[in-house]
Amino acid sequence: MNGHRVALAAPRRLLTLTIDGREVKVPEGSTLLQACRQVGIDTPTLCYLENLTPVNVCRVCVVELEGSRTLVPACSRKAENGMVVSSDSERVRASRKLVLEFLASSVDLSLCAPEVSAWMSRYGADPARFGSPEPGNVDRDRTRPGEHSPVSQDGAATVAQPPKLDNDTYVRDYSRCILCYKCVEACGSDAQNTFAIAVAGRGFEARISTEFDVGLPDSACVYCGNCIGVCPTGALMFKSEFEMRQAGTWAPERQSVTTTICPYCGVGCNLELHVQDNSIVKVTSPLDHDVTLGHLCVKGRFGYRFVQSRE
Amino acid sequence: MDLRLGLAGPPTDGEKAAVDSVLGDPESGWDGGTRTQRDGHMAVGGHQARGRRHLLLPALESLQERTGWVSPSGLDYLCTRLSVPPAEAYGVAAFYSLLRTDPSPPTVVHVCDDVVCLSQGAEDLCREMEARFGAEGRLDPETGVGWTRSPCLGRCEQGSAALLQRSSGPNGRTSLAPASADAIAALLGGTDPEWLPAAPVRTPPEQRRLLRRVGRVNPASLDSYRAWGGYQALRAALRMGPSAVVEELKRARLMGRGGAAFPTGAKWEAVAANPLRPHFFVCNADESEPGTFKDRVLLEQDPFAVLEALTIAGLATGSERGYVYIRGEYPEAAAGVARAVAEARRHGFLGPSVMGSDFNFEVEVREGAGAYIAGEETALFNSIEGKRPEPRNKPPFPTQAGLFGRPTGINNVETLVNVLEILTVGGEGYAQLGTSGSTGTRLFCVSGCVQAPGLYELEFGATLAQLLELAGGVPPGRSLRAVLLGGAAGSFVGPQDLGIRLTFEDTRAIGASLGSGVVLVLDDTVDLGAILRRLARFFRDESCGQCVPCRVGTVRQEELLARLSAGRTIGSVQAELQLLREIGAAMRDSSICGLGQTAATAIESAVRLGLLGGLEGSV
Ligand SMILES: Cc1cc2nc3c(=O)[nH]c(=O)nc-3n(C[C@H](O)[C@H](O)[C@H](O)COP(=O)(O)O)c2cc1C
Ligand code: SF4
Ligand code: SF4
Ligand code: SF4
Ligand code: FES
Ligand code: FES
Repeated sequence: MNGHRVALAAPRRLLTLTIDGREVKVPEGSTLLQACRQVGIDTPTLCYLENLTPVNVCRVCVVELEGSRTLVPACSRKAENGMVVSSDSERVRASRKLVLEFLASSVDLSLCAPEVSAWMSRYGADPARFGSPEPGNVDRDRTRPGEHSPVSQDGAATVAQPPKLDNDTYVRDYSRCILCYKCVEACGSDAQNTFAIAVAGRGFEARISTEFDVGLPDSACVYCGNCIGVCPTGALMFKSEFEMRQAGTWAPERQSVTTTICPYCGVGCNLELHVQDNSIVKVTSPLDHDVTLGHLCVKGRFGYRFVQSRE
Repeated sequence: MDLRLGLAGPPTDGEKAAVDSVLGDPESGWDGGTRTQRDGHMAVGGHQARGRRHLLLPALESLQERTGWVSPSGLDYLCTRLSVPPAEAYGVAAFYSLLRTDPSPPTVVHVCDDVVCLSQGAEDLCREMEARFGAEGRLDPETGVGWTRSPCLGRCEQGSAALLQRSSGPNGRTSLAPASADAIAALLGGTDPEWLPAAPVRTPPEQRRLLRRVGRVNPASLDSYRAWGGYQALRAALRMGPSAVVEELKRARLMGRGGAAFPTGAKWEAVAANPLRPHFFVCNADESEPGTFKDRVLLEQDPFAVLEALTIAGLATGSERGYVYIRGEYPEAAAGVARAVAEARRHGFLGPSVMGSDFNFEVEVREGAGAYIAGEETALFNSIEGKRPEPRNKPPFPTQAGLFGRPTGINNVETLVNVLEILTVGGEGYAQLGTSGSTGTRLFCVSGCVQAPGLYELEFGATLAQLLELAGGVPPGRSLRAVLLGGAAGSFVGPQDLGIRLTFEDTRAIGASLGSGVVLVLDDTVDLGAILRRLARFFRDESCGQCVPCRVGTVRQEELLARLSAGRTIGSVQAELQLLREIGAAMRDSSICGLGQTAATAIESAVRLGLLGGLEGSV
């Protein structure tokens, strides 16, 4: 696990590199993303999260590195002395644009954070270039690896599929899944150590799945909700939020956030209670909180139902 | 880790036997055995059992082979024994096309419809299959036989090929080439005839170096191998010592034959110099590049040569264990190499104190299970480790952190066999062969529309025209349209390029590559549009799905070709071609690995050559 460490070792050596013509000094071990951020270059990221091991799969953060045949992912490439990096070259803009178009043409991004549509306009992404979205494959979870889905001559294949409603706490709507691997990491060795979910299948049919696609109640899931906490697309969602959205009553503008300490045990996890119309509608924990790093257990995450139960 | 196991019910006897045949009998109730009173007093599993995670794929393969699929109870039992989360193990099983996670018929026939076979009438064979065995891909467990289309099976010189996968009766996987529905039906009826490797080597014996023994040595006999000069190179290597071997490779300027053309000497030197221990060495025999069959010929017909070269690699790099990773579609090669390992070990050419020296070296044979991407070196490591064969981000490189995170050398089969030649004639002597930028000889897999398809060994420097002449050219009355050089990841060249010398430097100069040595010849009888669409489909089907540019880009590329060929373009043809270039650039620039980075190369070269005319009339 990726804890906050107290610096006991000697201060790290500073490295000097050039980004977009500017000289940047960063401590050894920094990534190009950290270097970009240090000088205020806004770099899009989707699969990167401070508290998870980088998987560098979304490729929206790519930058051009002099001497490298291909672009490199800023989120995981370590800075080296003398590197010359462009974060806004023609190649970088073109790749970021296409990556965003690839995602937006195949996945429902409507519940992503607003940055995503800002990036789309910054890079001029137009997902409609690939044709109108196809209805998707209801049997995605049963496709055999390498099995060829017939290719459409008019539209663009999507991952559209019905949401999975198989438990009382949260909903999995994989038509919104960009396969960023964050939930798998949060459920596995980066936080929860439960390993209830993993990536199955391959290629366009790769998907997040339990074993044999069994429902969560039949899986190892302990409903800690840490996967919900890291999901950037709304594919994983509190049932309360899902139902309120369906009923049209979800209103973030009427919500307030109260910070408190979880009452259930002595660990002292910070909770953020999201309250709408006097009801707790979801519970999160700050990513930078040094006890939780954003992760909680089932009691902190879903125990609020006891707080507000009338019995 | 809190694993939740046992939900799927107890394994059947067959499932238990399949898993135990790989893992050995369970020792206690903790790993799936009968619970005894003693089990209450100890807890095992965890770290110790997970140290055997690398046995996951072999055990999944055993379940498939013996029970016809990987069932929930079989997987659950396997996970209990290895202490692996079922979701992860399922994620691994559901990656490989030769493993099935739904009930399926006891016999499944995989019929090649990839580019070479497609150019030789694979669609006719598929129609025959449909007439006899029903619709493709419908693997209904109630029927005795199901069939699916398959990517290249590595028997392209035969013009058609099939792989039979059976889970009942005496036979498991069997290759058949050439293949016909009648021949397949005949095989299904009875026991297989004795397997006889075909000998598609066309170069006369006196001109061969790497292929010197092929077709002449008895591949099952160590004595026969030694009578052909076998194990003299290893003897020389043991006498010279590791660093002198590396020096000879550098003097020879040997470059990798697996596709990336990396200098072999530098790779071995980097592994040898790495202080982290242990070191490993892997022979990459995953050969899945469409149109490639050279490694199969070496593995099937000269397995001891591959082992001898791997042993030398182990010695030179300070490795204590070697792996031969063979694609699952080559069951005959895997059986032959496994037999050769046992034989070599029995006679002291492997194992403790190799040939009486103080060098110890063990070799394990690992089989793939249907995944082109597992041939990418870091995906291959993940495959051996029992993980999904997804390529890793580089750096770190294999020489720094490879198999099990250790310094690892990895070479293609053909690259390794060159080492025997180098130690026989010396690095200097070897470098005399070929050109300044491409030393030695090269194996060319010539297939498609030529009169004499097969394997050719030529000194570097020969031209494409010379090679095609040796292969008899296109059949009379037809004319050459294009040649696919280097495989799906390679590129097309046209009749105007016949004068090009087949070397690393000359092909690079025209933006092509030799890749894995594929020379697929296409004449005017071939539907080039269909070939291009098949290439696009190949990348889509074989993408691991990890990174966005390749996972979605390969789909968009295939859709775009489908639109072009159906004449249903979005906007003008020119606009579609522009979009195709943009898709290609993004895949090349921002994909994690070589699959995505080259997924557009052949198609773009076809556009440049004007071959897209085959897609539709209006281009
Ligand atoms: C998608 C992909 C598939 C590959 N498949 C193979 C293969 O089947 N056999 C092989 O030798 N190399 C294959 N390679 C190349 C390997 O990654 C690696 O470069 C090679 O094994 C190194 O050996 P060499 O230096 O002897 O060529 C593949 C690469 C990619 C990107
Ligand atoms: S709720 Fe917790 S245990 Fe369940 S899948 Fe998500 S991270 Fe894993
Ligand atoms: S469900 Fe969410 S967190 Fe998980 S891979 Fe999909 S988008 Fe990422
Ligand atoms: S380029 Fe394709 S095959 Fe390679 S890692 Fe990315 S998705 Fe996987
Ligand atoms: S954020 Fe870097 S690859 Fe996804
Ligand atoms: S065996 Fe059919 S293309 Fe290679």
